[in-house]
Amino acid sequence: MNTLELHSICKSYGPQRALEDINLSVPTGSRTVIVGPSGSGKSTLLRMIAGFEFPDSGRLTLNGQTLVDPTHEVPAHQRQIGYVPQDGALFPHMTVAANIGFGLSIKGLEKRERIAQLMDSVALDANMADRWPHELSGGQQQRVALARALAQQPRLMLLDEPFSALDTGLRAAMRKLVARLLADAGVTTILVTHDQSEALSFADQLAVMREGRLVQSGHPLDLYRYPGDEQTAIFLGDAVVMPARIEAGWAHCDLGRIPVNNHRNNRCAQIMLRPEQLQLVGIVSDSVEATGCRAVVTERDFSGNTCTLTVELEPSASADQPGRSLMVRSSGLYAPPTGSAVHVSTIGHAHVLSES
Amino acid sequence: MPETLPAEVAAAIPAPLRHRSRGVFAGRGGAWVIGLSVLMSLLALMPIAFIIGVSVQTGWATLATLLFRPRVGELLINTVLLVAITIPLCIALGVALAWLTERSNLPGRRWWSLLSIAPLAVPAFVHSYAWVSLIPPIHGLFAGVLVSVIAYFPFLYLPIAATLRRLDPAIEDVAESMGLKPWAVFFRVVLPQLRLAVCGGALLVGLHLLAEYGLYAMIRFDTFTTAIFDQFKSTFNGPAAHMLAGVLALCCLAMLTVESAARGHARYARVGSGSAREPRIVHLKTGSTVLALTLFTVTCALSLGVPLITLGKWLIAGGANVWQMAELMPALQQTLLLGVAGALLTTCAAIPIAWLSIRSPGRLQRVLESCNYITSSLPGIVVALALVTVTVHFARPIYQTTITVLLAYLLMFLPRALVSLRAGIAQAPVELENIARSLGRSPGRALWLITLRLAAPGAAAGAALVFLAISNELTATLLLAPNGTRTLATGFWALTSEIDYAAAAPYALLMILLSLPLTGLLYHQSKRTAGR
Repeated sequence: MNTLELHSICKSYGPQRALEDINLSVPTGSRTVIVGPSGSGKSTLLRMIAGFEFPDSGRLTLNGQTLVDPTHEVPAHQRQIGYVPQDGALFPHMTVAANIGFGLSIKGLEKRERIAQLMDSVALDANMADRWPHELSGGQQQRVALARALAQQPRLMLLDEPFSALDTGLRAAMRKLVARLLADAGVTTILVTHDQSEALSFADQLAVMREGRLVQSGHPLDLYRYPGDEQTAIFLGDAVVMPARIEAGWAHCDLGRIPVNNHRNNRCAQIMLRPEQLQLVGIVSDSVEATGCRAVVTERDFSGNTCTLTVELEPSASADQPGRSLMVRSSGLYAPPTGSAVHVSTIGHAHVLSES
Repeated sequence: MPETLPAEVAAAIPAPLRHRSRGVFAGRGGAWVIGLSVLMSLLALMPIAFIIGVSVQTGWATLATLLFRPRVGELLINTVLLVAITIPLCIALGVALAWLTERSNLPGRRWWSLLSIAPLAVPAFVHSYAWVSLIPPIHGLFAGVLVSVIAYFPFLYLPIAATLRRLDPAIEDVAESMGLKPWAVFFRVVLPQLRLAVCGGALLVGLHLLAEYGLYAMIRFDTFTTAIFDQFKSTFNGPAAHMLAGVLALCCLAMLTVESAARGHARYARVGSGSAREPRIVHLKTGSTVLALTLFTVTCALSLGVPLITLGKWLIAGGANVWQMAELMPALQQTLLLGVAGALLTTCAAIPIAWLSIRSPGRLQRVLESCNYITSSLPGIVVALALVTVTVHFARPIYQTTITVLLAYLLMFLPRALVSLRAGIAQAPVELENIARSLGRSPGRALWLITLRLAAPGAAAGAALVFLAISNELTATLLLAPNGTRTLATGFWALTSEIDYAAAAPYALLMILLSLPLTGLLYHQSKRTAGR
């Protein structure tokens, strides 16, 4: 069953189209991530779901209740949708407890107990209840903001880049905490981010936005392996893209013959491989034959646990231009040095990109 | 990014296209806010409408005979000379004092800085009273310029000192590294950056020069305002007074135009990121230090010493007799009452406009705001004349009632409340209001629980400024107040008109005591805008 349904949502600011024909279904209990570069309209979409902005046309339903259609609009305060923005946006004139209790309609002891329970659930110490927002660290502020949004038992939780203000180590920890917390509470969640690794790790449904359009949605692994076009492929991670001729399930390209996932015969197309699908084998002596094609390491970019290598393929005998350069991942410690000759082989399928 | 609509984009979008972004206008509530703001601005336009209306009604022939006569020419020359001499003197004094307190190692410069603002606590007509009782024959242009400079130079000192504190010293370092001598650095780099402060301060002084009645009446220097007042007293509400008011209003509008042209469009904010370093302090040589200390001593002696010594002299001479509690207490009470009522009314009226200007800046809002600014730059006497005429003709029941007085205060002092309130509302980002709504609070409740709570300190500062302006207001109160009203200012005025200077002294003292918090507030605010 789907919690939230968006039907052909459009929105423009004067001549500028912010959202064009957005359709999206969010299944109950899922974690959906909307990812896109800044300016792609993802925050506008989120604010529209929250009820802070209204679409020019389109329909929006939550659990079967119509939130927006051409004839009526439910205002934000009647939607029961939780919202956590980038900086937490705690009310600066209220203590932590007052912030968390803001959305609660209960009073007295019951309220205090509920606040304590909420603070416990986001791993905040009970003695922080009387602190002021400015006395908290960034991560603590985010947790208060989350508890505040959870207090009203929202039908849907919206997170607008909630981790981007935190530093790297804290970000991953917060992400895990939030994911587990929301899963335990069984709250359907939509997260907006421009960080692809955050998107891939948090999502069980990923939606990629670009220039106001929703270009592709699906399971994160599927989107990573089988992106619709080159731009999406590159946005979701490093990619090796090269032209190839497709014949009977095989791609013929500079790397030789590689199996492809989709069969479109006798066509020239772009194929995509992730760098981790390429494997290097050092050539010990000229006499030993290995699979794949020969190449020379031209650049090494060492960054600890991994090392990103640039290799230049040996030019084919017929062509006069130099061979193609490829990016390959290798383990940081055992990467071949610059100038060494290697064999490049591939693992798995190549993905045929559609014409864009 | 389309997520947050930049102000320029929002302004460029015609209103019909924008009507659905209810996140900003919050549905029906938004319509109310806009309606109230429009209403306020129409009210603010009334004095100008009155002048235009009266001019049309009077007809060109009468108008010409009233305007083109030697008396008007004489008043015009007086006013122009007063403005043309006083403003440059105030600028020079303001820049010199501000530089010395902010950029030199002058001994006791924090104290001198406080003393340079202190003259604001003394109402202008009390300055004038002090000089007249010290040197009774003093009168005319020289006296006018002298007392004006003394009474109004803090209006220039304050913004210039604040700007000097904020200037990025790195720019001066760079100028020096390019081979400019210290004097050249000051004139080519520092002074141009003071332009906004100088223009703003000069405008404020200019508008006060045009609007002030008590100061010039006491030292017998005729300006348009004093002439209008005399005309009003002799012929009540005749066309002669109206036409003079029209010329005075034109002078004010001309001054606004000149100021906005002089301000230009250059950018003065710091371009770089990060916070600026501490400004450089220049070490004065002994000779310069002595000169500077002399300048401060003389300025303070004239601007604070003379009023305080005169007051002290009258209070000692009058003894216990001048403390007529039976008259003094009701005057104080009435002043406080009018001040509190006016401050509350003005602050409440400023809320819709301030909210609009922060939450949905655009063309409509700019027009609304400028209506209020233009009216508040009109002299109190013009506003008062307009209100007299309008209430006599159209709203007889409120003529000569407290309502009319409060209405005049509202028109004259709205921007004071507006500026502080706007800064306060800016402290509450719209995101917080949105969050409150997503937590189930209606737009009205969200505004009340979040934005207005956070804006409260700003609103309080604005209300305090309005209160203190009202407690020293003389002209409009004299013209509009119902019979029997006696505030500290009008009481003081009535007594000095009877040359009972000793009896007037307690009133002056009370006004100064009431104004002291204003001075403290201004000092504190100028420190805060400078980020200390």
